[in-house]
Amino acid sequence: MTFLSALASKGSRVGAQRPWPRVVVDHPTWLQGVVGLAAGEATLLGLWSDGEAVHMALHGPEAPEVLVVSVPCPARRFPSVAISHPPALRLERTICDLYGLEPEDSPDRRPWLDHGRWGMRHPLGVREPAPAQGETYAFHAAVGPPLHQIPVGPVHAGIIEPGHFRFSCNGEAVVRLEERLGYVHKGIDGLMRGASLDRAAKLAGRTSGDSTVAYAIAFARAVEAALGLDTPPRALFLRALMAELERLANHFGDIGAICNDASFSLIHAHCGILREHVLRVADVGFGHRLMMDCVVPGGTAVDLASAGAQALPTLMRTIRRRFPELVELYDSTASLQNRTITTGTLKQQLARQYGAGGFIGRGSGRAFDARKMPGYPPYGDLRFEMMVRQNGDVDARVWVRIGEVAQSLALIEQILDRLPPGPIRVDPDPPAPGQTSEGLALIEGFRGDVLAWVRIADNGTVAHCHLRDPSWFQWPLLEAAIEGNIVADFPLCNKSFNCSYSGHDL
Amino acid sequence: MRKLLLESLLKAPLTQAPPSPDDGALAELAQSLKRASRRRLGRSLSIREVDAGSCNGCELEIHALNNAFYDLERLGLKFVASPRHADVLLVTGPVTRNMREALERTYAATPDPKWVVAVGDCALDGGLFSGSYGVVGGVSAVVPVDLHIRGCPPTPNALLKGLIALLDA
Repeated sequence: MTFLSALASKGSRVGAQRPWPRVVVDHPTWLQGVVGLAAGEATLLGLWSDGEAVHMALHGPEAPEVLVVSVPCPARRFPSVAISHPPALRLERTICDLYGLEPEDSPDRRPWLDHGRWGMRHPLGVREPAPAQGETYAFHAAVGPPLHQIPVGPVHAGIIEPGHFRFSCNGEAVVRLEERLGYVHKGIDGLMRGASLDRAAKLAGRTSGDSTVAYAIAFARAVEAALGLDTPPRALFLRALMAELERLANHFGDIGAICNDASFSLIHAHCGILREHVLRVADVGFGHRLMMDCVVPGGTAVDLASAGAQALPTLMRTIRRRFPELVELYDSTASLQNRTITTGTLKQQLARQYGAGGFIGRGSGRAFDARKMPGYPPYGDLRFEMMVRQNGDVDARVWVRIGEVAQSLALIEQILDRLPPGPIRVDPDPPAPGQTSEGLALIEGFRGDVLAWVRIADNGTVAHCHLRDPSWFQWPLLEAAIEGNIVADFPLCNKSFNCSYSGHDL
Repeated sequence: MRKLLLESLLKAPLTQAPPSPDDGALAELAQSLKRASRRRLGRSLSIREVDAGSCNGCELEIHALNNAFYDLERLGLKFVASPRHADVLLVTGPVTRNMREALERTYAATPDPKWVVAVGDCALDGGLFSGSYGVVGGVSAVVPVDLHIRGCPPTPNALLKGLIALLDA
């Protein structure tokens, strides 16, 4: 019996959730789950609340693969996960900020998304008025004669999202980095409550704009699981096509930007051209450069336009001709590699512990890709390899991306070869009167796995929805990876991680 | 030779003082220089981008302005790293309550004369996120806005059109 199935047998199963089980457990069983997480028997996929209970999604190597355990919180408290398993810390602080549910024995009681500016406490729980004056944040101290602090942000020097970084440095070397996020908290969990499926899909697609396709697929699949919808095969293939185009565009952007942060602007300029080619084909094919709102619950909103179908082979040829030259240039420029090799090394053990997804996890030896496991259609019918590197440095994260560009090209060609005919959308029916239904989905975006959980009310609207960005488990690792590096290498390390602010801040 | 050198040291120089300028020519030159400088320098604006709560979609398209296809700098427009160097603030997103003060302080740090361009549907009125406890609303709810560029996100072409209009105004 696997750890997850043993845990599942100790709780009472909630019938409504699909495709993976959810069980309601008591405190001792919850703590067994936490101990198992800390011992590495399962990976934390998410930790969230609906105001009544706290839910923890776990991933294990064998069936049922994904399990959600829920602990009811009638006393507005729940046993802390983070006290034994640090990856849960910021998620727990968020639950406390939004719902007022206290993690008992939490090692860190500071607020996280709540900056004391909302005019209230616990906006999604029992609201308490609070003056919106802004609060001083108690950064962790790093003190001693040679140490100095460098505060950076929230407004940064480039065209990037806002967040605050507090560096404690000894000369040039970073002794400690502490992040403070939450600046772009828009209250997406709150806006989801009571939203129609159409509006909720739009919100999901704007959780992190660079991953709009991945989020839209995650939300759509969670809804389809909840309502037992059979998505038409053509829609599944079209979604995969959009997802791989999104991956290509973002990987080109990232590879170029990483080189640019090492002052090698030539690759940046050429990657920018390739990215633009991809976006233009997406526009021709689906009517939107980022393919926003193209994926909807039940299928896709648009079919591939014939002009797009014609433009895609040309795009593939262009990339296959131009990209290898850039890879060759990266591989043969010692001054560039001098910046990326051994810089910002993320230890494999940390990547495993945090369940780091995407190029961050795979660059540090964690062979996980949600397209492979737990897997979702149509990827089971398509051939592709998972790119894994062991070194965990900036260079490893560049090479994982380079490898994934080739894999996405191969996937797009297979998708175009096999694109089935037929309808692209089925209309969702609401659940039976008096019944709610729940669905869960795990989708591989360019940055890593996006988790979507949705509960649908009997009137067909969203009762609750939680979207967990891969960045939740990546941001804390940046703090670890930068340690001992020089301040001047922070932009390089940060870009190689490319965590989402908006996806994290919700 | 020594006598010649000594004389040149002791005598006043032969070079005459220059005449004072012709007032008419001065006015004429000033006029043409003003036109030339307006044409050449007046078309140059420095832009500071501020994400005040966006989903990052607008940032992606603003980034694209720097690629070889749109090449923003050929038009005299460039992105700068500090509001102190900026003529224009390009603001995206519904302004979140957590970013409100940062936006106000960035605006205050930008020297006059300055323009604010609100980019994207969220920046107009909060868009899809309006009404949330975490959101103030559009950019104009916090700082005065001179120009709105619509779109979710606006395409690079739409952004260029808006910025060129700002140059010509």
